[in-house]
Amino acid sequence: MTTATPTTTAGAQVPTPRRRSRLGDRLTAVRAVPMLPAGILLVVFMLGPILYSLYLAFTDSAIRGEGASDTSFVGFTNFTDAFTDADFWNSVVLTLVFTLISAVIGQNVLGMLLALLMERANRLMTFTVTSIVIAAWILPEVVAGYLLYTFFADGGSLNTLLTSVGLPGQDLLFSAPIIAVSFANIWRGAAFSMLVYSAALSSVPGDVYESAALDGAGPVRRFVSVTIPLLRPAIATNLMLTTLQTLSVFGLIFIMTGGGPARQSQTLPLYMYEQAFSYGQLGYGTAVALLLLLIGALASVAYLRLLPEEDKR
Amino acid sequence: MTAADPTATAPAAGLRDAAPTTTTARRDPGPRRRKATRAAGTSLASTIAMVVIGIVFLVPLLWVVLASFDTEASLSVGWPKRWSLGNYAAIWNTETTFRPLANSLVLCGGATILTMVTAVLCAYPLSRYRFRAKRPLLLTIIFSTGLPITAIMIPVYSMFVQVNLIDSMGGAILFLGASSLPYAIFLTKGFMDGVPLEIEESAWTEGAGVYRTLWSVVLPLMRSGLSVATIFTFVSMWGNFFVPFMLLLSPDKLPAAVTLYTFSSQYGQVAYGQLAAFSIFYSLPVVVLYLFLGRNLGQGFAAAGGVKG
Repeated sequence: MTTATPTTTAGAQVPTPRRRSRLGDRLTAVRAVPMLPAGILLVVFMLGPILYSLYLAFTDSAIRGEGASDTSFVGFTNFTDAFTDADFWNSVVLTLVFTLISAVIGQNVLGMLLALLMERANRLMTFTVTSIVIAAWILPEVVAGYLLYTFFADGGSLNTLLTSVGLPGQDLLFSAPIIAVSFANIWRGAAFSMLVYSAALSSVPGDVYESAALDGAGPVRRFVSVTIPLLRPAIATNLMLTTLQTLSVFGLIFIMTGGGPARQSQTLPLYMYEQAFSYGQLGYGTAVALLLLLIGALASVAYLRLLPEEDKR
Repeated sequence: MTAADPTATAPAAGLRDAAPTTTTARRDPGPRRRKATRAAGTSLASTIAMVVIGIVFLVPLLWVVLASFDTEASLSVGWPKRWSLGNYAAIWNTETTFRPLANSLVLCGGATILTMVTAVLCAYPLSRYRFRAKRPLLLTIIFSTGLPITAIMIPVYSMFVQVNLIDSMGGAILFLGASSLPYAIFLTKGFMDGVPLEIEESAWTEGAGVYRTLWSVVLPLMRSGLSVATIFTFVSMWGNFFVPFMLLLSPDKLPAAVTLYTFSSQYGQVAYGQLAAFSIFYSLPVVVLYLFLGRNLGQGFAAAGGVKG
């Protein structure tokens, strides 16, 4: 990621008789040609929609009705509409709850726990369990949605297990759907954090722990004052990635609950989808999408502050 | 193990009473022996914790496997009374299974090729030359990997309607390919940085051009990295539901991700077994690809975690 590593510059300056190699040299127009296809794709299909959404959010664009035939500029109306809509605030709160429970706490803590256990537990069991956890992660989103729907459903696996040990059955999909989809997202996403943390832990030299142990630090103490500070960059990056992924989860919730019952699990992406396509309000839906992006940006800035100084540049 | 870690102390105490090796440790509590006992206790406790987590994660996976072989499957996990391939037989036709899977293959295969070819081409100058805008450019690419695609789907839909690309496989491939580009460029550039310049320079002095060098010297040397990036790209596209759900409409163009949803809203309430069988068919390719990836999986993660910087 560094601009010009010493090796690159040195490699370019090796005096060869016929010096045709210009690697590590300056980029010229001809040399930039290979970047064009990617550049065009990104400008047309990524930058384009982002800029277009900045326009769309301020119009009354719609699939049917007045805004469809004759789209007009409406200023901040879409945003003021959103801020005065109770359903919008309901979605904001649910999105924050969903992200906090499933990404910030669930996936990160469970991922870290699994990564720590991986280093200590029996080899064969570690292999088996991590394979299961990774399998949950690689399954397509829609399949994961169905599997977790059957797990939490009234006659589903969880209730069979609970009643078989004499506990009362649950009805999370109706009583607390946001909790059910949060657990589903933990199930689906824990492997990502586990792999990130296990890669990070393996780069921590073992003698750091040994000297901490010699100084009389217990396991909890060692974790808090040795492991966590050393893993701070990985933790900050992972928090950011899982938060951004979780903020935009659509399929999992759409399949499990459809946002219901009575909007009790309607996070912002589902609210946005409902407004834009069930009610046909494209302009309003885009305004909501921009607010979702804003939440993601704020979260990213917060996590970047967690990074140690030297990693920021 | 101090009292601060109760999960580890309890089984360790149990082990000390049971195992014969640890009785000697009690008789002669040398520091090394005590340490070994302690390590064994930690290992046992960790293994138990691991198994508990594993069982919780396993139940939903077990459901899909068992239900797919049970024509009378319910929502709950359970051993089939009679093992049968009836569910697989019921969905073994073009309409339900083969066409959606073929569509998925065209959509995700096409987009993966598009992404990887353009990503490799783009990563080469980024990795090999110096220029002032490089750092901001790289940072922009890294930040756009985190851009929630869900949030730009409405403007994309609206744009596609205007240029008549809605319900076009080509349009969906272009968008899906572009949306995976930032991460693919980031990964590819990282792997390319690991290819030493010296080898390439000798190819240059022998008169090979840029593209020839890239194709026959650089790419073969980053084969394992490239396969990681390609598989990551393909698998994330294979599981993508929202993009084809928004951009494709005709039933004969829909990929498996979307037909699984429509299938369930039509028959899902009764045919859980068939739903499970179809889920297995649909998930099989990504499982196979990950098995193929095996140990190389870590490579993508060292990069994702920012560990390598």
